[in-house]
Formats: sequence, structure tokens, C-alpha cells
Amino acid sequence: MTEETVDHASHEKKEPTRRDFLFLTAGAVGAVGTAYFAWPFIDSMSPAADILAQSTVDVDLSPIPAGQAITVVWRGKPIFVRRRTPEEITMAEQVPLSALIDPETDQARVKTGHNEWLIVIGICTHLGCIPTGNKPTQDRGKYGGWACPCHGSLYDTSGRVRRGPAPLNLGIPPYTFLTATHIRIGVNEVSHG
Amino acid sequence: MDRLTKVVRWIDYRLPFFSFIDHELREYPTPRNLNYWWNFGSLAGITLVIMILSGIFLAMHYEPDTKLAFDSVEYIMRNVNYGWLMRYLHANGATMFFIVVYIHMFRGLYYGSYKSPRELLWMLGVVILLLMMATAFMGYVLPWGQMSYWGATVITNLFSVFPFGETIVEWLWGGFSVDNPTLNRFFALHYLFPFLIVGVVILHLIALHQHGSNNPLGIDRKEPRDSLPFHPYYTVKDLFGLGIFALVWAYFIFFNPNFFGEPDNYIPANPLVTPPHIVPEWYFLPFYAILRSIPNKLLGVIAMFGAVFVLFFLPWLDTSKVRSATFRPVYKWIFWGFVVDCFILGCVGAHSPDYIYDNLGGLSNQILGQVTTLLYFGFFFIALPLLGLYEKPNPLPKSLSEPVLKGKKKKSVEIQSALFALCFLSITPLYGTDSPPLPHEVWSFQGPFGTYDRADLQHGFQVYKEVCSVCHSLSQIRFRDLAALGYSVEEIKAIAAEYKVDAIDDEGNPIEKTALPTDKIPGPYKNEQAARAANNGALPPDLSLMTKARVGGPDYVYALLTGYELTPPKDIHIAEGMHYNPFFPGEQIAMTPPLSEGLVTYSDGAQPNVNQMAKDVVSFLSWTAEPELEVRKQTGYMVLIYFIVFTILMYFIMKRVWARVK
Ligand code: FES
Repeated sequence: MTEETVDHASHEKKEPTRRDFLFLTAGAVGAVGTAYFAWPFIDSMSPAADILAQSTVDVDLSPIPAGQAITVVWRGKPIFVRRRTPEEITMAEQVPLSALIDPETDQARVKTGHNEWLIVIGICTHLGCIPTGNKPTQDRGKYGGWACPCHGSLYDTSGRVRRGPAPLNLGIPPYTFLTATHIRIGVNEVSHG
Repeated sequence: MDRLTKVVRWIDYRLPFFSFIDHELREYPTPRNLNYWWNFGSLAGITLVIMILSGIFLAMHYEPDTKLAFDSVEYIMRNVNYGWLMRYLHANGATMFFIVVYIHMFRGLYYGSYKSPRELLWMLGVVILLLMMATAFMGYVLPWGQMSYWGATVITNLFSVFPFGETIVEWLWGGFSVDNPTLNRFFALHYLFPFLIVGVVILHLIALHQHGSNNPLGIDRKEPRDSLPFHPYYTVKDLFGLGIFALVWAYFIFFNPNFFGEPDNYIPANPLVTPPHIVPEWYFLPFYAILRSIPNKLLGVIAMFGAVFVLFFLPWLDTSKVRSATFRPVYKWIFWGFVVDCFILGCVGAHSPDYIYDNLGGLSNQILGQVTTLLYFGFFFIALPLLGLYEKPNPLPKSLSEPVLKGKKKKSVEIQSALFALCFLSITPLYGTDSPPLPHEVWSFQGPFGTYDRADLQHGFQVYKEVCSVCHSLSQIRFRDLAALGYSVEEIKAIAAEYKVDAIDDEGNPIEKTALPTDKIPGPYKNEQAARAANNGALPPDLSLMTKARVGGPDYVYALLTGYELTPPKDIHIAEGMHYNPFFPGEQIAMTPPLSEGLVTYSDGAQPNVNQMAKDVVSFLSWTAEPELEVRKQTGYMVLIYFIVFTILMYFIMKRVWARVK
């Protein structure tokens, strides 16, 4: 102990800068190393390569009659694929944007030339419940789209939220029309299928 | 007094966390003369932490189910981000842990660190060793390869020698053989035991801090200047040691990850076939050798357990009052003899019992094992008790601060390193393998800088597709993985479209649909029975891991493919439907010579000969076995450079800090 105090003083006076520099470098090197060491552990919990690759689902639309919908699973999420009647389309197109909680036109939510088909992620934007209304027997709420059983959010025939507490419209997954009656969910252009 | 100090004071007054750390890690008085052999305790602690961390993250992906376990490990290697790094870190970590702990124990043995008042400290260490052995054994079972399965079978059967043995073994298994219940409980316990180790390590440290570390002179500290505060003197020395240790560990992870592993463990467990040459991991080899050298089952098992349990009694078997071997002229030599004996036992365990050492005048492994086993126990039961009575120790120095003459001390260090080298040299005649020599080929992916040649891989894939895939599956590979061979997305889609995979249609009927890039490459047969029926009862093995699953790796597969001989030597009788191939174990193989001139025309128009085809397909299979090889080596260089810088830095800081005392 005695030695430490004695030598400490003499050395510190002689070369404070070189010592500080050495210690600072060591500290920095240690910090960088720890961060790099932590990264593989953290990243190992992100989706694995095969899960990322399992990202497309092909759906045959032909069996769906007008006014009805089916649910398909994409990336573990329910996707609502709904064939809208002409009345439902008009209803969706005629709502003034000012009446919407999350203003968005109906055209922006469907593919041009395929506006009969509404394809949305079937997860309520409030806290993640699955809204009802995809089966003919289920309640669609007064806006004719979907109704969330958890806290009463209502969606219209364009999948837009019309009554809270949900803050946003139902999400649109990336998808693309392979033919007039076939879609591929998960990609926006065919070539990357 | 700033805010932070205030908060620290407030907490410390109620929960003395900070003063505890300060007391036990910073100012903790440590003998001033500890040498580098004292680094291994802290290294063991760090290794334990890294093992627990990597283990927890591996457990997030591993499936303890006999049907899924093997594939889930390959899933970790191929699909999980940095999964290969986690697994190789953990698998090689077990080896590193035992190296460090064994050195730590030999250090204790040399310097008498188990003597009064440190008997309990030593015994807690032996408890840690036992827990480590159990943990390592159960961990080795988890990948559910052939060695896992048969290791589990053999080790659990050891308990059958005890009274009610049959019942005990069935209780351990949870069934009538090693099976799913066994795997499940091993996984649960493999996760639990490391935390028990942490608990015992804490007790080990409490016992250590009671009387402080022993030291190379083995005498008690008498005055304050015999000690130094732990921080910074030993923290920085430990960090320097950590740098070197990390370099060794990293070398194995990134450049030789399967060095300590057995190729057989890349073959999925098969309860009906025992591998021809079954060995435990290296750290169990000496004990395994003791088990085998005693021809009686019960006595063998007792001797094996005894070889570990005798360590509990070490403090009382050694009757000498002098701790450090530095002052024990006879024990010093006996100690090194014991180290060599342990190494030889390891070699004995690695060879089969009937192995003959030709270069040692035809010495049989059995005899060597029996002699070294006797010496092992002789050390504890004869040498240690008698030495204390008859050995005349050299005079001890008065205090740590006035040690023996400087020159003499230097010399003893040199003698020590010479002896250490001698240990390794003395057993070189015992090295050598049981397997026949293979012709060596040059592979582009070998060596620390090796990479795959994309053109070779594509050619090899073509050979696989057009020739091998008629009988052999490639179950670990998905079509999209072929991107690594340089194929574009479109090309991969086209390749996948040539295959059909099973699916269920909307009415629930089984159908076949065109394969997608995300599908696994379908094998040629629906199931094992179909495969055997089509091949005379032989099962064409899956090729995904072939080059990792055979001794000799790519060289072996290449030799096998090109080694067929039409006319077998006269003294060999070839059975109906078999073919002569000197490189196949047993020299008779059911596979017809698969490659012949002009069998495949490469897409670039080349007409390869048999050797070229074999070379290409082996390159391809090396890729299927180790798709991470290139990124592994690249990462390895970064890690090595980092730790070289780290170590140099720590070296200079250490010199600087220690300049105050010297
Ligand atoms: S989750 Fe749908 S309304 Fe709350």
C-alpha cells in the first residue's frame, strides 16, 4: 500500500498525458469490443433467414363471391381478402375525406383496375384484436366493413377506421395481381416472387 | 458532493453493494508475487459467464425433441442470425472451460493451494469440476448425433453396476432406452446445472477471500507490503491474460471449429447402429482410459469415479507441511511425472483398447492403460503420503517481499517451461490415428484464407442433381440457399420449378405442387423404408453434412468416389451386389461406382472426367456442410485483429501499472 502512494505521485507527475491516453484508448477499445460482442446475441433473436424468406402467399380469388371475404395467413397474420359489391365500392368512394379519422381515398387502398378487391391486414390498429365481419354471419358494424370486438372500433368498406379508439386504417400488405383472379401477398412486383 | 455520490451513499447505507464491490474487487489485498498461472481462475469465471450467455441464446432456438433436435441444431447453424457463431462459441467453449479449469487445478496441485487453511476452497473446486462434467456430458447429448446418443447410453449404463442398477438406469432414462424423455430431462438439467455452478463458484470465492490467494512461494503473508490491491494490479493482468485466451478460443471458433468434435456427431442418432469407434470428448479421456483398463465392470466404474473423488481427500493425502513445490525437491519431479501420466492416460483413452503402438516396440494400449492407471492412483495413495514423511524440503524464504535470490528464481521459471514442453514431447509417440491414410487433394476452401469457387460449386450442384440425387437426399438445403452458389433469383425459381413437393389441397387431399425457392430440396424417396427397398436394404445417407460427418472430410469423400477398383485383391471376397472400394470402412460398399466418363455435360459445354466431377461435387458438398465458411473466416479475421490490439494495449497498461511496484 505504501509503495502505491509513493510511486503513484512520482509517476503521475512525470507522464500524465501518455498514461491518460493509454487508459482512454483501452477504455474505448473495451467499449467497442463489448458492443460488438453483444450484437450477435441480440441479432440472433431477430427473424431467422428462413422466416424472412417465407414471405409470400399465393391466393386464388375465383371462389370468392361478391360481398364476401376470406382470411388467409401471411407471415402469421390474418389477411382479409374481400370482394366488394358495386354498392360497397360506391359507399367507400363517396365518403368525404373530412369525415375520416385517418384520411385516405379508397383508390389509394386498392389496385387500379381491381377496385373490386379489398385486401387488408385483419388486425385492429388499436391493440391488435381481429375485427369481426369477415364471415357472412358476423357483425360488420354500421359502416359495413368490420367491427372490432375488443373496444368497439368500426371500419368501413375500404377498411378505414370510422370510429375509435383505433387511430389508423387497417394496414395494406404488399401484394400483386399475378392474373385477374390470382394474387401474391408479400411482394409489390411479380418479378421478385 | 455531486448527485451521483449522494445516490451511491444512500443506497450503500441501506444495501452495502458498492462497498462490497470496493472491498472484494478493488482493494482486496492480493499477494504481490502471483505469476501467470494465477490467471486461470478468473479466466474460468469469464468462460462460465460466456457459456451461460451463449447457452441461453442457443436454447431460444433449440428443440429438445428426438425428432427435431438434430435438425434444430442445423437450423441454428444455417438460419439463425449468427447462429453458427453462437454454437461454435458454445461447443468450443466447453473445451476452453476444461483446459482452463484443468490448468487451474494443476496449479493448485503444484503450489499446494489445497493445504490448510484452504481445504474447503479446494473441495468446493472439486464440486465445481463434478458439476461441470455432468453439464458437459448432458450438453453433448443435446445435438442428438450418433456420439450424443451412444455417449448417453454408455455413460448412463455406468450406473448399472450399482445395486438396483437396472432400476436406476431406467429411472435415469425415463424409459427402457435413451429416448425422448432422456433428451428432455438432459436439456432441463443442462440448463439448470450452470446456475448451480455459479452458486458453488460464489462459495468458492467466499472461501478464497477468507484467507486470500495462495502464492508461488506458498508462505503466508506477514506484512502489508506483501500484498497489493487487486485493482488495478491484478485486474489489468487478468485482462491481459483474457486477451491471449480470447485469441486461442477465437482461433478455434473461426478457423478450426470442429477440431475437438467427432465427425460421427454430424450423423443423426441411430439407436440401432453403434459407431465403430466411440470416444468421449477429450476432457473425459483420462477417466475413460481408467474405466477401460480394469477388466472388471464394477471395479472399472469404481476406479473411474474414484479417480475424481480422490481429489476430495487430497488435502489429507498430502502430508507435507510445505505448500509450494518450489521448495520440495522430490515432489516437484513427481508432480511433473503425474502431469505426463495424465496426458498419457488421455492418449490411451483416445485409441481403441486393442491399439498397438508400433513405434513403441509393439506396446499394447491395454498394458499402457493399466500401468498409467496404477501410476495415477500411486501418486495419490503412495507418493503424496510418503513424500511428506521422507522428503527434506529446502529452506523457505522469510517473507514474500524478500524472496530467494533473483537469479535462482529466473532459472526455475526456465526449468518449468522446459518441463512443460517435455510433457508434450514425451507423449508424441502416442499420437497417430487408427484410420487408413487418405490421398490429399488441394481444395480452394481449405486453409485460413480459403473460399469456395462459385463455378466449382455450380458444376458440383449439377453433378449432384443429375447423378447423386437419384439416391441421396440433401435435406438441410433449401432452394433459396443456392443463391450462395451465384444463382440469380430467377434461376433458383427455375431450378425449384423442376421439383414437386407434397402439399394438401383445400379439400384436404394430398397433392403435389411445384416447389418454391423457400422449400427444402425434396429427396428421392418418401421415407426410409422406400429408400432401403430400392437399394437392396442399404440406406443411401443424406449428403448435407457428409464432408463434416466423415473422418478426412472432403478428402475422404473424394477418395471414395474415385477409389473403386474393378478387380478386388485376391484375398478379399466381395458379396453379391457389393463393390470393392479400399476407402470405405470394411472395403465393401453397396453404392455402384456413381461417376463415369461423359455422364454429365456442364452447362458451359465442358465434358468433365471422373476426377473432375468428383472434385466438383465434393466442393459442392463441402458447401452444403459448411455454408457459413466464408463469413466465418472473415469474421474471424476481425475478431483476431481486435484481440491482438486488445492484448497489446493491456500488455502496455500492465507494464505501466506494475512499474510502480517493481
Ligand atoms: S383492439 Fe380493436 S378496438 Fe381495441
